[in-house]
Amino acid sequence: MKARLPLPTPMSTPKSHRFDTLSLHAGARPDPATGARATPIHQTASFVFPDCDHAAALFNMERAGHVYSRISNPTCAVLEERVAALEGGVGAIATASGQAALHLAICTLMGAGGHIVASRALYGGSHNLLDYTLPRFGIATTFVDPRDLDAWRAAIRPETRLLFGETLGNPGLDVLDVPRVAALAHDHGLPLLVDSTFTTPWLLRPFEHGADLVFHSATKFLSGHGVVIGGVLVDSGSFDWDGAKARGKFPTLTEPYHGFHDMVFAEESTTAAFLLRARREGIRDFGACMAPATAWQILQGIETLPVRMARHVENARKVVAFLAKHAMVAGVAYPELPSHRDHALAARLLPRGCGAVFSFDLRGTRAQGRRFIESLRLFSHLANVGDAKSLVIHPASTTHFRMSAEDLARAGITEGTIRLSIGLEDADDLIEDLSRGLHAAGKA
Amino acid sequence: MRVAVGGAETYAYTGARAFDAALPTLAFVHGAGNDHSVWALQSRYFAHHGRNVLAVDLPGHGRSAGRPLASVEALSDWVAAFLAAAGVREAALVGHSMGALAALECAARHPALVRRLALLGPAAPMPVSDALLDAARNDEPAAHAMIVGWQHAPGALLGGHPVPGLWMPGGATRLLERALPGVLAIDLAACNAYAGGLDAAASVACPALVVTGQRDLMAPPKSAQALIDALRDKRVVSLPNCGHAMTNEAPDRVLDALIGFL
Ligand SMILES: Cc1ncc(COP(=O)(O)O)c(C=O)c1O
Repeated sequence: MKARLPLPTPMSTPKSHRFDTLSLHAGARPDPATGARATPIHQTASFVFPDCDHAAALFNMERAGHVYSRISNPTCAVLEERVAALEGGVGAIATASGQAALHLAICTLMGAGGHIVASRALYGGSHNLLDYTLPRFGIATTFVDPRDLDAWRAAIRPETRLLFGETLGNPGLDVLDVPRVAALAHDHGLPLLVDSTFTTPWLLRPFEHGADLVFHSATKFLSGHGVVIGGVLVDSGSFDWDGAKARGKFPTLTEPYHGFHDMVFAEESTTAAFLLRARREGIRDFGACMAPATAWQILQGIETLPVRMARHVENARKVVAFLAKHAMVAGVAYPELPSHRDHALAARLLPRGCGAVFSFDLRGTRAQGRRFIESLRLFSHLANVGDAKSLVIHPASTTHFRMSAEDLARAGITEGTIRLSIGLEDADDLIEDLSRGLHAAGKA
Repeated sequence: MRVAVGGAETYAYTGARAFDAALPTLAFVHGAGNDHSVWALQSRYFAHHGRNVLAVDLPGHGRSAGRPLASVEALSDWVAAFLAAAGVREAALVGHSMGALAALECAARHPALVRRLALLGPAAPMPVSDALLDAARNDEPAAHAMIVGWQHAPGALLGGHPVPGLWMPGGATRLLERALPGVLAIDLAACNAYAGGLDAAASVACPALVVTGQRDLMAPPKSAQALIDALRDKRVVSLPNCGHAMTNEAPDRVLDALIGFL
């Protein structure tokens, strides 16, 4: 008998590391130069070349390494690997903000003449970019009800290059049916990009459901403490840019790029062509890179992502249960409630929970809403979500201010809609705070 | 570059350079279930440094049409046919894993064609565990997980890709997933069945380089030793803390070994 390949544990499959372990370790090892256990902040603009040949080889992508921190930086690279590992992708690019990640994704895939089909339930900033700003550069977007698959299909045109939605839509927590929208996209030779900011990979790994690209506002739960602005764009590596249905749609990836050695990125890299183009063009030229200190803060946050997310969800469930029974509350938009339109879909896609950002409708006038917010002591009134501390905001007068009344209604927002981001405080203290606010609003 | 080999359209990555008959040619041959993209950094370097680079997609792999070939012997003749179709009379061959076996056999069978031979992660024989062969036939995702787990040095499973921003286990998995159904099983069976490695090594006339990864579990250095012993004109480079996926795990050290030899 022939000797079999000596394998370490022949009867078992090899260990791939699990989510919580990857949250702490993926992409990082003790620093070989100093032994530092924490990832060092490589606070440098540039990296010394050992010699001229090496310099040329780095510029020409013949050797691996860092040249200039706009293009790549070792601290940012640890974050990129970490998020790619948690999402199950092939790699990632850290960006200056979530907005920059969305912009980078779009501009890597299309130029003037391109068209996007997007869910209507979007963060106001994403809506601004798609509805007002990108048309100025020749990129148009059609917005559709995320639940209406026929509307997605009908909106696709020959020049469509991307489908886009949020895993949990702002602010009504519309659950994106990632498997079905992805299947529809793929039928048309198109990729699906999802904004996973509200779910994080701890609640949902969109690539496992067919999404092709994911981005995060790392400002939120990934960093988790409301101390930085940052974004991460992740590539699943699954989309075949040169495949039969996609052929001709993505010349940025399938035709020679004169701006970088005439490379055809889909030939240079079978699985990471998108990331190559995004780094070698988008980050290089638009320049919306992440600072290494920011990457470090986000890495600190991700180390505790699993324990934080579990607590965020646990607290959110308690607060939802409290609000849902309160006389001053007309309704709570949380998909775990049977009253939510996506209750069944959420049970399938989001078994660990639906995050910690949600809205409720206060009964009463605009003045009562104001009284409510101003009476809170623990909840901070500000424009952010995904902080360890609990937050509150009134979307109609802030994040969604630019939207017409009609669009507001279609996005499920009323004058009385209040958005909460539930933090890590003791849930009973949060409930007492809300109770006080509701009482004050009732008397106003 | 696209050429027809035995009637099937065949793709070879050239480093975005046009073929120049005046330059020496380097052909890169990938391993089981992979394609030309495993050679990205090394192939680009040589394309930019005075060589014609032809990093092939083997039949039925990557962008090449045709059916995957069922034996190392057939692969080796195919490499010769490919070079002839590309108009190459003499080339240095660089192979990884299954591609190393194909290059080795090609050098033995077609001595006039092969000027130099670089074998990365070879083994002779290259037995594949029953568990992996079964998985490749019946449960490809399980086979991919086994290969990704075994082909990287333990540390690499936690990342540290030399190319900024890439996650090595993810990239390796997606590349295997790109292979058409059944291709991996055919490739692994070809590796498992190949019995001619030591005879081929003994008859290789050209200079040979063998690169082994000291943490390679798929083709451990000791399973390459008999092959190394059989080669006449040889150089051996052993990479510390490197597994089987050496072109990704240690692209610069692999490149340095190739520069020193070619
Ligand atoms: C869902 C969602 N996506 C994207 C963004 C934009 O991210 P950033 O503020 O980091 O640019 C935000 C910010 O609020 C958001 O909530």
